[in-house]
Amino acid sequence: MTAPAEPAVSMQGITKQFPGVVANDHVDFEAAVGEVHALLGENGAGKTTLSHVLTGLYHPDEGRIFLYGGRVEFASPRDAIDAGVCMVHQHFRLVDRFTVAENLVLGDRRGEGRHFHINPGAVESQVRELGERYRLPVDPSAHVWQLSVGEQQRVEILSALYREARVLILDEPTSVLTPDEADTLFVTLRQIASEGRTVIFISHKLHEVMAVSDRVTVLRAGRALATVATAEATPHSLAALMVGRDIEVVSRPARASSESPAVLEVEDVWADGDRGTPAVRGVSLTVRAGEVVAVAGVAGNGKRELAEAIAGLRPCTKGSVRVDGEMVKNGDARAAFETGIGYVPEDRIGTGLSPRLSIAMNLALRSFRDSSRGPLLRLRLLRANAEEAIRAFDIKASGPDMETDYLSGGNLQKVVIAREFSEKMKVLVAAAPTRGLDVAAVETVHRYLLEAAESGTGVLLLSEDLDEILALSDRIVVMYEGRLSEVENRDSIEEIGLRMAGGEPDSSPIGS
Amino acid sequence: MNNSLLVVLIASGVAYGTPLLYAALGELLAERSGVLNLGVEGMMLVGAVMGFWTVERLHTNTAIALAAAVLVAAVMGALMASIHAFLVITLRASQIVSGLALTIFAGAAGLSSYLGNDLNLADQPAVHTFKAVFPASMQRWPVIGPIVFGQNVLVYISWVCVVAIWLYLSRTRPGLNVRSVGESPAAADTMGINVTAYRYAHTVAGGAFAGVAGGTITLAITPQWVAGITGGAGWIAIALVIFAFWRPELCLVGAYFFGALQALAPQLQARNISLGPTVLWTNALPYVMTIVVLVVVSSGTARSRLGAPAALGNAYVREER
Repeated sequence: MTAPAEPAVSMQGITKQFPGVVANDHVDFEAAVGEVHALLGENGAGKTTLSHVLTGLYHPDEGRIFLYGGRVEFASPRDAIDAGVCMVHQHFRLVDRFTVAENLVLGDRRGEGRHFHINPGAVESQVRELGERYRLPVDPSAHVWQLSVGEQQRVEILSALYREARVLILDEPTSVLTPDEADTLFVTLRQIASEGRTVIFISHKLHEVMAVSDRVTVLRAGRALATVATAEATPHSLAALMVGRDIEVVSRPARASSESPAVLEVEDVWADGDRGTPAVRGVSLTVRAGEVVAVAGVAGNGKRELAEAIAGLRPCTKGSVRVDGEMVKNGDARAAFETGIGYVPEDRIGTGLSPRLSIAMNLALRSFRDSSRGPLLRLRLLRANAEEAIRAFDIKASGPDMETDYLSGGNLQKVVIAREFSEKMKVLVAAAPTRGLDVAAVETVHRYLLEAAESGTGVLLLSEDLDEILALSDRIVVMYEGRLSEVENRDSIEEIGLRMAGGEPDSSPIGS
Repeated sequence: MNNSLLVVLIASGVAYGTPLLYAALGELLAERSGVLNLGVEGMMLVGAVMGFWTVERLHTNTAIALAAAVLVAAVMGALMASIHAFLVITLRASQIVSGLALTIFAGAAGLSSYLGNDLNLADQPAVHTFKAVFPASMQRWPVIGPIVFGQNVLVYISWVCVVAIWLYLSRTRPGLNVRSVGESPAAADTMGINVTAYRYAHTVAGGAFAGVAGGTITLAITPQWVAGITGGAGWIAIALVIFAFWRPELCLVGAYFFGALQALAPQLQARNISLGPTVLWTNALPYVMTIVVLVVVSSGTARSRLGAPAALGNAYVREER
């Protein structure tokens, strides 16, 4: 195939500012026809912003966009879709209560959806055919809410193909997939690109970028640093570009802790998810003092619900949680904290903190009763405590009265950790504690988790990040469809991946 | 046979249920687009008074006067709803607060009473009223005579509306679009559907339906005007939408059920059957309904189990950092 004269996408000098942040600073980006082009960078490097500019969700402050040599200006995502630019968002843009077919017909102006009287059933055979051709099997008459997260992603990709997208952008598509599913996705993406379309693959994971892309553009702090052919790059050279310095990998020495006493005993716990159907189905697990136990698993398999059930935020419909042998009152967050459970929630801004309150108030949320005199709060004491925490946990803030709203993600997480690290803490439940943080903040959070373990706390780490799990944990369990299975060989990514997809190492391979 | 309690109850249930049906259909349109309008009662009251005013003041033949009255009622309801739409869609005010404010503003102690009294409409018989369409001989047919052929034209139009709205929502492109706007405005926006336009259109259309509902009361059911004439029918209509799981065909069933309930007390009285405090029950019904509605719409789990549009009550802001 000879390379066409014009690149499929050419973005020149794109600048996009948000209050206080330059998300894109004169970024130049080019993707050719028929290639998989990776956009690599840390969280906050500007990858998503750049893609939102390309798909018409944001208007760039400066810069020009060309598609196949022609200048375009997108006022809305609709304009971009009409020009053949489709995006698979990190948070899917699907209507849960619609069927797959209805979602495809929605907003479609070329096919079935152009009629006034529509019949979504008419596209079902077309959807099946597309699904077979691109290895994206999905039942077109199923409702989206019935589908797994991986299947929903397939619907998003099918939707783009149905709309005859020429440029397909995927934002961190593998974060919701098992390693096997990710490999299948890569085959699909290669196939889409080989048909003369362009795939832009956004990721911060080096091995994925190496596996799937033809070329890589590295973004750092809003600037495009370089575009290199993947064949000529190494993971090491890309990492150096992406981070700008060497990363110190925090990891703990393996040590046996089977002697130490169990601090957290979860026995046959069942809990309902937000839809009212069981999300945690008979989970039993033990965490010993000084041990880090990691729960791996794809989003939507009950990790969040399990963490909430242990922390008392979600009532257990069955089963018990014990800390140091003492039964924790079911569904009572205060009792859970009092018995020694510290909790770093997945959603640090909504659940973890109250963004409009000051740092001092947020730090005192767990201990108002200890820092009040009668009905009155001892504000001076709260402020002094906060100043101490700001120093001890190195929180970058103007002072204890600063609203947490103004803190960066890493500093927000430090406030949560500072609050949960009390003298009472015997168990720390940390759900996705480093999601969305920059590398330096990730290091800090990891250090605190390991420090907690060293001081005898049992740490339960629930995470989707396998690298994090491998670096920190003593034991790994995998959660799949509400149930746990223990990983026998802690260092085997293959086994973890297999269990994340619901398989067993002993059983025959999936799909045979 | 046509005088048996059951036939009379169903026949008057259809008649009394028609304003409820119009109001519920209007509320359903707004809610399917994600806009909760608790101002139905207020919009009905304004529709009722202005519809009545039109027939009283317009000196022309009956058909034209009545058509004009229904039109005026619809326009008044739509105007009221557009206030709500502007507040909650453009200014993103709380839908519950805005709707309640609308009902209080237009309510029995507010705009509608002021208009009625200022225009001297109280204690006057209606000059023109809606009457049964079919000849008396057909109305004497057993059972279906009073129930099907004993109704006025507004009843038959409401049946057309039920079928039309059902087809619109389930079979047409704009219907699919409005459902997506009510379920997931972010998805709809990404697919190029104008969330704001769809919400405005359906809220305002819903207001027009509520206006007609009010007009139905003063022009067909109690051919006169008194302050607060709707007597809480707007609240029942909002509750109906929930009990009908946001489906137009079930709104019809529910509306006639509540209509029959309304007719029950006078019918029993006429037959010298005493059920004691039944009257109290029917009188308290709107208020009980109101409480039920507010509880249901403010409880997330109850809503999603009943099948409420997922984005009901939420303003849509396009994702910006």
